[in-house]
Amino acid sequence: MEFKDYYKVMGVARDASQDDIKRAYRKLARKYHPDVSKEADAEVRFKEIGEAYAVLRDPEKRASYDELGANWKSGQDFRPPPNWDAGFEFRGGPGGAGGGFEAGAGPGAGEFSDFFETLFGRGGFRAEGRGRAQGGPGGPRGFRARGEDHHAKVAVSIEDAYQGAMRTITLREPQLDDSGHVALRERSLRVNIPKGVREGQRIRLTGQGSPGIGDAPAGDLYLEIAFEAHPLYSVEGRDVYLDLPVTPWEAALGGKVKAPTPTGAVDLSIPAGATNGRKLRLKGRGIPGTPPGDLYAVLQLTVPPADTDAAKALYRRMAEELDYNPRGRMGV
Amino acid sequence: MNQDVLTGIVIDERVELTTRDLCRACATSTEWVVELVHEGIVEVRGETLEEWRFSGAALARVIRARRLQRDLDLNLPGVALVLELMDEIEALRQQLRRL
Repeated sequence: MEFKDYYKVMGVARDASQDDIKRAYRKLARKYHPDVSKEADAEVRFKEIGEAYAVLRDPEKRASYDELGANWKSGQDFRPPPNWDAGFEFRGGPGGAGGGFEAGAGPGAGEFSDFFETLFGRGGFRAEGRGRAQGGPGGPRGFRARGEDHHAKVAVSIEDAYQGAMRTITLREPQLDDSGHVALRERSLRVNIPKGVREGQRIRLTGQGSPGIGDAPAGDLYLEIAFEAHPLYSVEGRDVYLDLPVTPWEAALGGKVKAPTPTGAVDLSIPAGATNGRKLRLKGRGIPGTPPGDLYAVLQLTVPPADTDAAKALYRRMAEELDYNPRGRMGV
Repeated sequence: MNQDVLTGIVIDERVELTTRDLCRACATSTEWVVELVHEGIVEVRGETLEEWRFSGAALARVIRARRLQRDLDLNLPGVALVLELMDEIEALRQQLRRL
């Protein structure tokens, strides 16, 4: 298990005041909040910050974390010293971490690191409110209430959105066991991903949420669609973007080139005199729907290497015969 | 493992949600959703609370508003401002990508 330096995560000194810590958290939370941030690792960072803040904001947790000493470095292999937590009253308690996690927001979400759980127990994370345990046994007799709705994120490929697909997803959800401890329960579902889904949309699966109490119906499960990163395509709403490499002569002279699309290769006409970064629109070739999105091929000019005598000779001839100075407008 | 293949409903603009559906799905109180409507954060059709209908897009917006309020400790006018600015950034980004 790796040691986590929560002070480093928060960017504060070990003797920072509670106010300093709060300020640092607010600032980082605004920067890395997954709803706001465009940083690539926002979600991971936000979880780290939430975990660090859950410890440092709570004077008891902070004091016991400080007991481990200041000599630990981030990532160092860590085993807690025996009885390090003697005398602290938090183990197994309700916690109340302010990490901003949604219990069961997705596979793996809502969990803190092994490091955190070893120190503070699983009860240390937010199981309040939307916790799905309320629907379990132990509800008052004769009482009936519809089960709670659940949320999870599911990653599908761009091709799935074009063709539709059946995906098996595994969800892990925290649940209170009979002794009141939080345990993770896994379940797998086979789900039809309909053609034309877009990122951020949700699919409602009736009756797949928490069981109802009494004879009341179960809640629903909402699956939020996310697209897996694709080596060729990126998606904005309904539109799909493709970086398409072209040679200098294809760009200069124009002509037909083959371009891949999620539904198969197409012939694409390059206009003569096309420039680097030029976007060519393939109408209706984006994510299917009414209306369907468009596919944009973004031309990427590539320069062939001058790695043979013949190639070098060709380049030299171009240099001699073409009166071309790309820096002419710079006055040089 | 559950071997049945589940088919759900895509909650898009064509889906209509009642106030009750929305509150349930977002695990929020009716009062809070009423506040969001009054703040202009989500749009609604219909006059009375019973007649209110939300589009599927409102679901994502309400969930987002709740996360922003909770994680960044914002008040509702603050949440509204953040969401409007984010909409604007998104629209500008899309324009930029199409240039």
